[in-house]
Amino acid sequence: MSWVTKTFKSTLGQKLLMALTGLFLILFLVVHLAGNLQLLLPDEGESFNIYAHSMATNPLIRVVSIGNFAFILIHVIYSVVLTRSNKKARPVNYAVSQASTNSKWASRNMGILGTVILIFLIIHLRGFWYEFKFGELPTAVYDGVTYKNVFAIVSEAFSNIAYVIVYVLSMAFLGFHLSHGFASAFQTLGLNHVKYSPLIQKVGAGFAIIIPALFALIPVLMYIKTL
Amino acid sequence: MNLTLKIWRQKNHSDKGGFKEYKVSDISKDMSFLEMLDVLNEQLSDSGEDPVHFDHDCREGICGMCSLHINGKPHGPKQTTTCQLHMRSFSDGETITIEPWRATAFPVVKDLVVDRSSFDRIIQAGGYVSVNTGGVPDANEIPIPKRIADEAFDAATCIGCGACVAACKNASAMLFTSAKISQLAMLPQGQVERKERAERMIAQMDSEGFGACTNTGACSAECPKGISLTNIARMNREYFSAVVSSDNV
Repeated sequence: MSWVTKTFKSTLGQKLLMALTGLFLILFLVVHLAGNLQLLLPDEGESFNIYAHSMATNPLIRVVSIGNFAFILIHVIYSVVLTRSNKKARPVNYAVSQASTNSKWASRNMGILGTVILIFLIIHLRGFWYEFKFGELPTAVYDGVTYKNVFAIVSEAFSNIAYVIVYVLSMAFLGFHLSHGFASAFQTLGLNHVKYSPLIQKVGAGFAIIIPALFALIPVLMYIKTL
Repeated sequence: MNLTLKIWRQKNHSDKGGFKEYKVSDISKDMSFLEMLDVLNEQLSDSGEDPVHFDHDCREGICGMCSLHINGKPHGPKQTTTCQLHMRSFSDGETITIEPWRATAFPVVKDLVVDRSSFDRIIQAGGYVSVNTGGVPDANEIPIPKRIADEAFDAATCIGCGACVAACKNASAMLFTSAKISQLAMLPQGQVERKERAERMIAQMDSEGFGACTNTGACSAECPKGISLTNIARMNREYFSAVVSSDNV
């Protein structure tokens, strides 16, 4: 076994992959949110449609998006691998457990939180990404150029109260996942320092609230507009 | 104090085991938890029943031999060893559930006794410094900054009781292993075998069947010696830098 495979078979190597892919996905959330916020601009989706078009045609973004899918996959696969070996490490559970006295709920339930986020992601990709790539979309013309009108399917989806509720709830799960994941990733990378750790924890806590809240705000505001 | 004890009884490793209830009465609140179990065992011996087996040695909180998962927490409600836990931490008439540490790497030997020799094997894999024996070297011959010495000593206070493993939802031994790697990685004497140590101890930890770290912090919160999570971060740095830079292909 080469040293590389040996490393990524070790628990620490697997956690390293979880941390690195997790941090990349955190970065992706910021970029995604910046794009999404254009949905709220009062221009009937013009900026958002042009932005979506430029994202889909930019070769650099396409490379990054393939990486993004790969990282999601690695994050999911290794979470399954780690969860299985973690369960094997304690085959008999305690009859009485007071885990809430020594650790936070989110930190003990990252797998459940992640699973909900994954289900949301599948619904989300089917509804928007798949439709954008392969679906029959209405078009919009700006300055003589025809664009796929993604804004139209997004506003249609967000006029459905059930979809909005699912979206907002999923963002709450994302928030809890991030509330542990953000700082935990740095700890796994070995970045624990008296100077930086308090800052990382504060930024992580803020990030876990602000980013999902802004994501959730978009469907809520768009739904209110349809009333 | 009168108490009901719900104790895990298991004849041997292959026995399925189960809980059994016992009553003890007139327990002094100044007794240690282990002394309370001694009272129960006297009672059981008198009635011809097999006493409850549990680990203990120094009863001074320094050997790491006592264990017990008491009312859902390793070493019970206080952040100390079971021998230093007193019955005043419980209330009269309470039912106390006592379980052994639960981990694949800590198989139950009998009742509440678990085999923690997996920890010994992690130490054997690299938790030492190889030196030629000779005369006792002069104190302070090797200069070590006070802060580093203190931090290394903090890591070295780990008594290897296994509460970290017992508390962790993954039965992970990261806090123990990281403390043992840290105490040597910070000192000049530990530099010679530094990379080899990190690689070998972590490989051994994995092969013993301990889980991975989710950074919940339960280990440190339950550690009777308050070993810090910074040790786990340090171990990760030690390991990652060792695998990329050691000549161990």
